[in-house]
Amino acid sequence: MGKRIGIENSLAAAEAIMMANVDVVAAYPITPQTHIVEHLSELVADGELDAEFIPVESEHAAMSVCCGSSAVGARTFTCTSSQGLALMNEIVFIAPSLRLPIVMILANRSMSGPLSIWNDHTDVMSIRDCGWIQVFTENGQEIFDHVMFAFRVAEDPKISLPLIVNVDGFTLTHVIEPIEYWDQETVTKYLPDFKPVNVLDPDHPVTMGAFGMPSIFTEAKKSQDQALINSKPGIVQAWEEMGKLTGRHYRPVETNCAEDAETVFLTMGSFGETVSIAVDELRKQGKPVGQIKIRLWRPFPFEEFRQAVQGVKKIIIVDRAISYGGPGGPVAGEIRSLLYGEDNMPVITNFLCGLAGRDVTPEDYIAMYEKSEAMKGIVREEDYIFYGVRE
Amino acid sequence: MEAINVYAARLVSKKEYFTPGHRACQGCAEALAVRMVAKALGNNVVVACATGCMEIISSPLPFTNWKVPWIHVAFENSSSVISGAEAGVKALIRKGKRIDKGTVFLGMGGDGATCDIGLQFLSGAFERGHNFVYVCYDNEAYMNTGVQRSSSTPFGASTTTSPSGKVKPGQVTWKKNMPEIAAAHNIPYVATACPSYPFDLLRKVEKAARTKGPAYVHILSVCPTGWRIPPAKAIWIGRLAVETGVFPLYEVENGKYRINIEVPEIKPVEEYLKPQGRFRHLTPELIEQIQTRVTKDYQKLKAKTTV
Repeated sequence: MGKRIGIENSLAAAEAIMMANVDVVAAYPITPQTHIVEHLSELVADGELDAEFIPVESEHAAMSVCCGSSAVGARTFTCTSSQGLALMNEIVFIAPSLRLPIVMILANRSMSGPLSIWNDHTDVMSIRDCGWIQVFTENGQEIFDHVMFAFRVAEDPKISLPLIVNVDGFTLTHVIEPIEYWDQETVTKYLPDFKPVNVLDPDHPVTMGAFGMPSIFTEAKKSQDQALINSKPGIVQAWEEMGKLTGRHYRPVETNCAEDAETVFLTMGSFGETVSIAVDELRKQGKPVGQIKIRLWRPFPFEEFRQAVQGVKKIIIVDRAISYGGPGGPVAGEIRSLLYGEDNMPVITNFLCGLAGRDVTPEDYIAMYEKSEAMKGIVREEDYIFYGVRE
Repeated sequence: MEAINVYAARLVSKKEYFTPGHRACQGCAEALAVRMVAKALGNNVVVACATGCMEIISSPLPFTNWKVPWIHVAFENSSSVISGAEAGVKALIRKGKRIDKGTVFLGMGGDGATCDIGLQFLSGAFERGHNFVYVCYDNEAYMNTGVQRSSSTPFGASTTTSPSGKVKPGQVTWKKNMPEIAAAHNIPYVATACPSYPFDLLRKVEKAARTKGPAYVHILSVCPTGWRIPPAKAIWIGRLAVETGVFPLYEVENGKYRINIEVPEIKPVEEYLKPQGRFRHLTPELIEQIQTRVTKDYQKLKAKTTV
């Protein structure tokens, strides 16, 4: 393994992308993604990274350029946030249908309006059903590791799908952390050269992005769904091999003190670390509390999730996006549906918090736990709570 | 053909890269234009195509009319997609991962995809200076969705969203001058073409392909369905567009303008408008207005001609 460096997570991410020997980077500036692409363009300008950096005129063009470069077999990266993701939305849905293994870091930020540059998960939830592999990270080391993971998984010929690494804006992108770099030898061992399944090459012409009549559309979509479902073994294997190389073990669903817990917190992204402090505190008080973190959001790890909540009586789901007029947060909605009809189905309480970067402290989680314990009777979907809102 | 610079029917390649059996309407001069473009570029090309008539008629899954590598992503972005393909290949060649075959990169789209929804994308690709050819096949409306007006629809044309009514004469705005907009980007090569003049078209596309940097070819593509003319008249109408000065055939090479098809005597614009159903409602006053504008624009173009 390489050396440990104190560095801003965004800069480390850019250097990981350089070490992954990316061929094309196309991006448009948007806060809080900027430091990643700024540093990538610096690395290109200094000749440290041999890649085409394409400073496009919009995010829509960024994703379009990525489709073109990935289709000719170039290792391709882009990075965006919030409104940028919304602008590229159309093409975000097309890339997986073309089976183009583009890698994106999504510096998660709230969707306007009111305009906000700060962190929550409203952007990624807007593309929940886009067909990309989607993972969440919790700290700088995880971001660095998941850059390597992302290219390896996306470009795996058995998978060949685009992949989003979710990174909480500011909370993760703009902080300095100690990060253990991989050495180039480990990168080479872990990440083979990109050998595309289909490529636009005059010697072997192919047609990509054909027009689908109703008679064939459903079949095309079913095969796309199956491709995403089938990507899971490759994803798990990529994490297992990374564990062997780095000693850091990632799983689709990760737990902390959950084995004997009656109540568990459920989070995604950087909130997991804060929750672990609250869990420690509650455990000290003798409360049977644990936590679950979903790392792999798509394809959803059903089996691992059911395993993780075995014996749990209550799940406190912390959502960072709103389904207006719907069942609270999107995560809670999914988990309820997943567990519906299971024997001893846990009670689910749903808190919406941390919107647009508002701090959520360990004390807040303890307060959520207490509020949740005090809830009597049936807790329905519409009983979600905006935690900490001033009314 | 490059060496002798003579364009005669029997010297044109018989090979087709955009094959017969596609689903275009009878008399579609756009499909004809695309066929000629494909012929001019040969097989060493990567094509990015915008959503539209040419996409749906040529790629109904699981069939294709393309014998060359072809990609369709969306409506507005073929210029961006081809930018990415060009940049990707450039990086791969530089890094020794792909052999340099001198492949040509072609982006293409209709007038809606080029002059309206894709204008920003195309401008970005021109500005960044990718080595690519962009072909706009202009049939002067959104034909694929049922003949709605675009910014490229000429003044007075009746379309389904600029219908001629009791108070409105059809399209009330003048056709956006897309070749001039392309030329304003200071790209090395801009040309107009029309499949009614096949050798001129072939030569321009070949020249565009040889150009280092962005090249733009704007092709007037007569649409019998949308223009409401018999399919057999498509070539004749295209010729009239040129002969009346409505659509002059010219090129701008490194800023130098040249009119390629000199018309000895410009015909009255009425000869072009009269046979087309989309102009059927025009009054003599409106025709006069169009004539004035066409004459002025033609003179403006002439004044720019230096070679």
